[in-house]
Amino acid sequence: MFEIFGIPSQALFGQLLLGLINGSFYALLSLGLAVIFGMLNIINFTHGAQYMMGAFVAWFLLQHFGLGYWWSLVIVPIVVGFTGVVVERLFLQRLYKLDHLYGLLLTFGLALIIQGVFRNYFGSSGLPYQMPQSLTGGQNLGFMFLPNYRVWVIVFSLTICLTTWFVIERTRLGANLRAATENPTLVRAFGINVPRMITLTYGFGVGLAALAGVMAAPIYNVNPLMGADLIIVVFAVVVIGGMGSIMGAIVTGFTLGIVEGLTKVFFPEASNTVIFVIMAIVLLIRPAGLFGRTA
Amino acid sequence: MAAAAPSITAPVQGGRSKSELIAFAIMVAFFVIAPNFIYPIFLMKALCFALFACAFNLLIGYVGLLSFGHALYFGWASYVSAYAAKSWGLPPELAILAGAATAGGLGIIAGALAIRRQGIYFAMITLALAQMMYFFAVQAPFTGGEDGIQAVPRGKLFGLINLADQTNMYFFVLSVFLLGFLLIYRIINSPFGEVLKAIRENEARAISLGYKTERYKLVAFVLSATLAGLAGATKAIVFQLASLTDVHWTMSGEVVLMTLLGGLGTIFGPVLGAFSIIAMQNYFAGFGQWVTVIQGVIFVFCVLLFRRGIIGEIANALKIRL
Amino acid sequence: MKTTSLMAFAAAMLLSTAAHAQISDGVIKIGVMNDMSGTYADLAGPGSVLAARMAVEDFGAAAKGLKVEILGADHQNKPDIGSNVVRTWIDVDKVDVIVDVPTSSVALAVNEIVREKNKVFLISGAAASNLTGDKCSPNTVHWTYDTWALANGTGNAIVKTGGDSWFFLTADYAFGHALERDTEAVVLKNGGKVVGKVRHPFPGTDFSSFLLQAQTSKAKIIGLANAGADTTNAIKQASEFGIVAGGQNLAGLLVFLTDVHSLGLKTAQGLIFTEAWYWDMNDTNRAFAAKFSAANKGVHPSMVHAGVYSAVTHYLKAVADLKSDADGKAVVAKMKATPTDDKLMGKGEIRADGRKIHPMYLFEVKKPEESKKPWDYYKLRATIPADQAFRPLAEGKCPLVTN
Repeated sequence: MFEIFGIPSQALFGQLLLGLINGSFYALLSLGLAVIFGMLNIINFTHGAQYMMGAFVAWFLLQHFGLGYWWSLVIVPIVVGFTGVVVERLFLQRLYKLDHLYGLLLTFGLALIIQGVFRNYFGSSGLPYQMPQSLTGGQNLGFMFLPNYRVWVIVFSLTICLTTWFVIERTRLGANLRAATENPTLVRAFGINVPRMITLTYGFGVGLAALAGVMAAPIYNVNPLMGADLIIVVFAVVVIGGMGSIMGAIVTGFTLGIVEGLTKVFFPEASNTVIFVIMAIVLLIRPAGLFGRTA
Repeated sequence: MAAAAPSITAPVQGGRSKSELIAFAIMVAFFVIAPNFIYPIFLMKALCFALFACAFNLLIGYVGLLSFGHALYFGWASYVSAYAAKSWGLPPELAILAGAATAGGLGIIAGALAIRRQGIYFAMITLALAQMMYFFAVQAPFTGGEDGIQAVPRGKLFGLINLADQTNMYFFVLSVFLLGFLLIYRIINSPFGEVLKAIRENEARAISLGYKTERYKLVAFVLSATLAGLAGATKAIVFQLASLTDVHWTMSGEVVLMTLLGGLGTIFGPVLGAFSIIAMQNYFAGFGQWVTVIQGVIFVFCVLLFRRGIIGEIANALKIRL
Repeated sequence: MKTTSLMAFAAAMLLSTAAHAQISDGVIKIGVMNDMSGTYADLAGPGSVLAARMAVEDFGAAAKGLKVEILGADHQNKPDIGSNVVRTWIDVDKVDVIVDVPTSSVALAVNEIVREKNKVFLISGAAASNLTGDKCSPNTVHWTYDTWALANGTGNAIVKTGGDSWFFLTADYAFGHALERDTEAVVLKNGGKVVGKVRHPFPGTDFSSFLLQAQTSKAKIIGLANAGADTTNAIKQASEFGIVAGGQNLAGLLVFLTDVHSLGLKTAQGLIFTEAWYWDMNDTNRAFAAKFSAANKGVHPSMVHAGVYSAVTHYLKAVADLKSDADGKAVVAKMKATPTDDKLMGKGEIRADGRKIHPMYLFEVKKPEESKKPWDYYKLRATIPADQAFRPLAEGKCPLVTN
């Protein structure tokens, strides 16, 4: 066993693995933001609140209907995604002709409302959510104990991310979507219902956030403010990656998770600022972001 | 993208107007007599936030840049001013200047980074940088972490006027506010301010006219940060406390809300907006968390139906400038 | 004070009449301020208002001719909101005594205001031991517990029972640092050693990386120098990573009954920590808990609630004896001169530095199968006698004592 900067290499490998788990959440959330931004040109500040709603709906399903984790993985994104559709139809649709900053302000207001209401009803000390029986326990890898649930988080989120990328970049549906972003009028002339496509895209992006929330519920406390600080980190991730490409969002998310994980070993004091520092450096070197197309 | 969409604020014609003078006189008269019938501590708080909102408005209302991280300058200035007054024993006027200067310095760094991107990215970068400095404030030993810097002495202004006296403190805060307010007014109506408005309306055209818009944007950003810092530094002396609340992102959100409610790009809007929001927080304090919800509702309402804000609507109805 | 404002003039009028009356404006106003909706809402929150009300009823204030009014407010754990509320309470609502105030940052701010305005401050929820150290005040009594007592109780007992190597998981801000420092001193004094520590960001959500470092250190005890959601999250994830199953033990340095309740026994079992009061220790406590929980959505009283009850009882006793609540310093002096005695916390005293003295208890969380009834969570491991439970008077460097 050799050592790197005084840290045993195998312990380091364990930390890399843990970083990958955090990266899964960053990737899922920034992917949702990128999908929404690509179609609506709106930065969805409500994303963190929708992630939190995902966790709460999962908790609610278990508490009141006895529907466990696996059901939640299917039902929650649909339910929360539907609330997204309602939000888009009621509010966001009225803003497309205005300065994009209004979209940011509106979604910020919505986030305050949602988080405030949940705090009033559930307090902020958090609610417990039991891990599904089939995913408890873990593997003893010799150098670390790796809980099964964490392995599942990595595998599942990777699958979702790659599927989303495939659908958008490699299928006919995705081609239509991308075309509608470039030139909505022309696409509409082909007989495609662009407004409905926009609505469903928003719903899909929100559903991704909710899915991340369900996955977070068993390991973090289900808490009304769980998404409030997270969303700011994800914004920084998005600035670093640039929102030009779907793959860019995914890769940046996972990479920054690992970088943050390593910071926790070498310099734990900086572990919650490291992503912002990287953002500043990237802005100096490549203002458009690592995968950004234009400035 | 920003050029194609209609601007976030209504265009304003140049030149001074009589309506502004009358409104200014009413405002000053109100502030002079207000402490006779309103709790002075509340008034001082509102005045600090009014200056904060005016400083923020300089950026969004006149350059069209939405900073979502203005708590950074407000909060860090309040830390520095509290620390200077308490640990270095500086008199209040120097402590406040030290705070404002710090905010200006931070503004140069953050501004230089943020203006490299436009629109929504600009907002996200300012937010992220502010959050980074928030975490730094939590950890740094001299800020006192969660405790903040407490029991800051108010001291004697210029070594003569005892600020422990409520009336003296009030009129000092009022002077600081009016100074900042008039300075902003002067900036907006200067040739420099006209260039800023040109950038807001159409940056590409301003560039083609030969203006180095980046430089103008940076100067405006630093001015706005410094004035926000002036407000935060003064607040620390008034409340004898500098705390994490003032550097948190919720504070950045609040100043956006104040300005939006009062009227983006109006001169008096931020003042009225700040007073409304602070009054609401004060009198609805019993509702606890519902205050956050109410703020969210005001946000949504303003964005959807009330984009001109209170003062903006009044000015529009009366066809005057305010 | 020279002032022209009408408001201050009116206030001065009220003050001058108050000086003549025995009880200022005829009513004893008790302001209970704490976290009503956030992390600490269960361990203090509305329950503290209820405890204060029960204390007033049991004292028989009405029968003794005292008119008592209780106000409640939410400080949302922010010092600026807290000091705003207290200033308004004292200046406008004429509140005479501020009670509870968890979160040390807010308590420290309130401490200064109450001293300046010469009212009374009875702390139950806050932990910082410098409230009776360098920040001590003639207007303040620190009632239930403090960081020194927790570190001392937990650190001492664990080292003595063989837990002699420690790894600290510390929240990276002033409070976490203080908790770590106090506990480390106790561990070293008893011959234990500290093999490592890691500072985690505050607030933290993911502790897996830090837990892995703790695991690699092979320390017998992982000391959690944090509070609230950070502690519960760390405990939860420690169970996920098999820390306790792997033979290491967790020591909570600031854990409350309500935290154990929200974690559940399955996750929290085996956790060791110090508290000042537990509802299931004797019949009086059980009777109080039954009455309390019936009025508090079934949530049982924490030590903070018991402390509020005990403190309000003693305060009313002092005011009834003095027949005045106008001079905060005088009331606190009277409280210090009288030995404390109430049904929940028994006999005790208040020291010159404002520290209330009583025994502390070391508890261990039961295994799920050991729990026989709802809220049956603790077993008593040791009692720390009153004379050893708190920091010795001389070590606190309280200016009230040295002068």
